[in-house]
Amino acid sequence: MADAKRLPSVRPHARPLSPHLQIYRIQLTSVTSILTRITGNGLIVGTLLAVWWLLAAATSDSYFAVADAVATSWFGDLVFTASLWAIWYHYLAGLRHLVFDAGRGLDIPTAEKLGWACIIGSVVLTAITILLVQ
Amino acid sequence: MRYLTARKRAEGRGASHTGTEHHWSMTVSAVGLALLVPVWLYIFGSALGGARDEVVATFARPFPAILTGLLLVVGMRHFAMGAAMMIEDYAKGTTRKALIIGATALAWAVAATGLFALARIAL
Repeated sequence: MADAKRLPSVRPHARPLSPHLQIYRIQLTSVTSILTRITGNGLIVGTLLAVWWLLAAATSDSYFAVADAVATSWFGDLVFTASLWAIWYHYLAGLRHLVFDAGRGLDIPTAEKLGWACIIGSVVLTAITILLVQ
Repeated sequence: MRYLTARKRAEGRGASHTGTEHHWSMTVSAVGLALLVPVWLYIFGSALGGARDEVVATFARPFPAILTGLLLVVGMRHFAMGAAMMIEDYAKGTTRKALIIGATALAWAVAATGLFALARIAL
């Protein structure tokens, strides 16, 4: 510090440092991007439960009773509801990816609008699906 | 003797040696899944919570059975390739190879199990 005062020309300005976790401002575009990856890979959990449930249905009454009890328990509801949101989010983010791949919507205002469309759209589609299949 | 120059061999193929094949494959499966997923969600969601004979009756019908089979194969390929993409970003060396092999095997195992269940129900 003392050196910096004595020699102001050495470090004349407080120059930006690389993003620091404590002050790093996350952006909508990066959050919606990483969510695409998280939802896509996380969907394996719901898939495993669904396929296990289907295998049990194909096997026997007693096996189905076990798998169905898990699939329709609070845990099953949690997994399938989270997976439903995840699949709709991944769906919309995938469509957005196709738009980006076509070289469209890459400017920041449009990209952020598309990001909100993914977030809001996924919640709306999740709610609609739950209402439709009840 | 190689007639192609090193540059000519490398051009357009990149470090993966497969060029844009992986990306294009993901694009194709994504469009396929975009068509399959909404209908399948409705069928699966409606079947979930039903008694076993109702579930079996649903997936014994041709359309739900074929749709579920397609979803399993296309979806699990899409998953395996997407998971490989994630693993390539975060792991390297032997860990990377082991994880990609694991993810690929898991995807095929899930698809095969689902297809077996479907065959048993529908046939």
